[in-house]
Amino acid sequence: MEVPSDLLYTHEHEWVRVKDNKGTVGITDFAQDQLGDVVFVEQPAAGTELTKEQTFGVVESVKTVSDLFAPVSGKVTGTNTELEAKPELINQSPYGDGWIIEIELSNPDELKDLLSPEAYTAFIKEQGQE
Amino acid sequence: MTGPATLKRTPLIDLHQELGGKIVPFAGWSMPIQFAGVIEEHLCVREKAGLFDVSHMGEIEVRGPGALDYLQRLVTNDVDTLTDGGILYSVMCYENGGIVDDLLVHRYNEEHYFLCVNASNTDKDFEWAIRQADGFDVRVENISAQTAQLALQGPRAVEILKTLTPVDLDAIGYYRFERGPVSGSQCVISRTGYTGEDGFELYLPSQEAAALARKILSAGEPFGIQPIGLGARDTLRLEMGYALYGQEISQDIHPLEARLGWVVKLDKRGGFTGRDALVAAKEKGVTRRLSALKVLERGVPRPHYKILRNGSPVGEVTSGTFSPSLNAGIALGFVPADRAKPGETYEIEIRGRGVQAQVVPLPFVPSHVKK
Repeated sequence: MEVPSDLLYTHEHEWVRVKDNKGTVGITDFAQDQLGDVVFVEQPAAGTELTKEQTFGVVESVKTVSDLFAPVSGKVTGTNTELEAKPELINQSPYGDGWIIEIELSNPDELKDLLSPEAYTAFIKEQGQE
Repeated sequence: MTGPATLKRTPLIDLHQELGGKIVPFAGWSMPIQFAGVIEEHLCVREKAGLFDVSHMGEIEVRGPGALDYLQRLVTNDVDTLTDGGILYSVMCYENGGIVDDLLVHRYNEEHYFLCVNASNTDKDFEWAIRQADGFDVRVENISAQTAQLALQGPRAVEILKTLTPVDLDAIGYYRFERGPVSGSQCVISRTGYTGEDGFELYLPSQEAAALARKILSAGEPFGIQPIGLGARDTLRLEMGYALYGQEISQDIHPLEARLGWVVKLDKRGGFTGRDALVAAKEKGVTRRLSALKVLERGVPRPHYKILRNGSPVGEVTSGTFSPSLNAGIALGFVPADRAKPGETYEIEIRGRGVQAQVVPLPFVPSHVKK
């Protein structure tokens, strides 16, 4: 399972790519593999203010449905509109073309609470063994 | 909690792992939920062919001079209509009309049958079948452990199987079976399935199943065959509107509510367990009826989602999924019986939002079973 070394992660299987005061958010390779074929992604409108751990959307696969949780607080500055027509991008490229939203961080200190790639790798290993 | 150690394994477990199947617990078994992905596998069965391991299903053998009369008592459909090599879809009911399980009755001859039942119900069904045998000259035996079942389904299924057997497959009609060798293994070859495509279900000794599955996969390669998991098995059956025990049917649902009136023969010879309750239910009239709902907006219905009319709950989804053939959400669910006809509109509550859905005729997509 791919866990890129330049990202931060959550226990809910989201990732964040931080650049300046912006964070791009998606779901991990592990998450997309667990969900199977994604058929529909529900995203918040740009401008929505999110609080850390708040539900901001939904990823629906053939098999199941999963809530998306904000890894950090901030304002949604962009959403991946490609997903509307091509939800399968989440399966094909979870860390690239399958990104979901972009957030302007309102409290960069929260980044300290996120998991490092090493910690997340250990976490999914545990999950896989359950 | 049921740990992985207690899960049962089919004879194909090593093959599933070798083929990259994602293995999950299902009805007490370790089963592959998917291989290449649910959508790809689903479309492969609709367009080419797929091989399913359904060895978790239960088989119960019934033998003896009293076999026909016994089965007439046990199941709701009319077993008298079967000839040798014939198969009947039916349910069996409790005295109160609730459903014990749905099943297939296969007739070798008047004194020898076997039943195929749901994996999750095998032990319960077997106990029930034994209890119902009182007073009949029959022997009822659970042969599930020594019996494997493979399903080869899809428009290319016949061509693939032809390369492996001398049996005249064209002569086997829908809901008929023959016995004969497939790649050297003695099989029951039955023209049945759970997908709406043409194809076969093969029953054979467990220890020979993995070798036969490999043979079928390699014989099917030029035809585009793929191994198929339980995920696509569910989307395929749901597009056909086929009932699944625990969802559309259960001990709390009687067959007249579940669109299964056609397998309930109230006037057949000898009656059957649950008949009185179903006669009463029929006279009283049903208040809810299972219907097929197509979602008209974006959204995927799931089991237990509420069905609403003018904002008020009037029913519940029993099965729901994303239909890979229609690219839309589809569901089966109970709605008020007087508003169950195609064209009626409802809303399905999907995470707090009412999503438009319409009652449609079944199947959701055309069936291609052999006629």
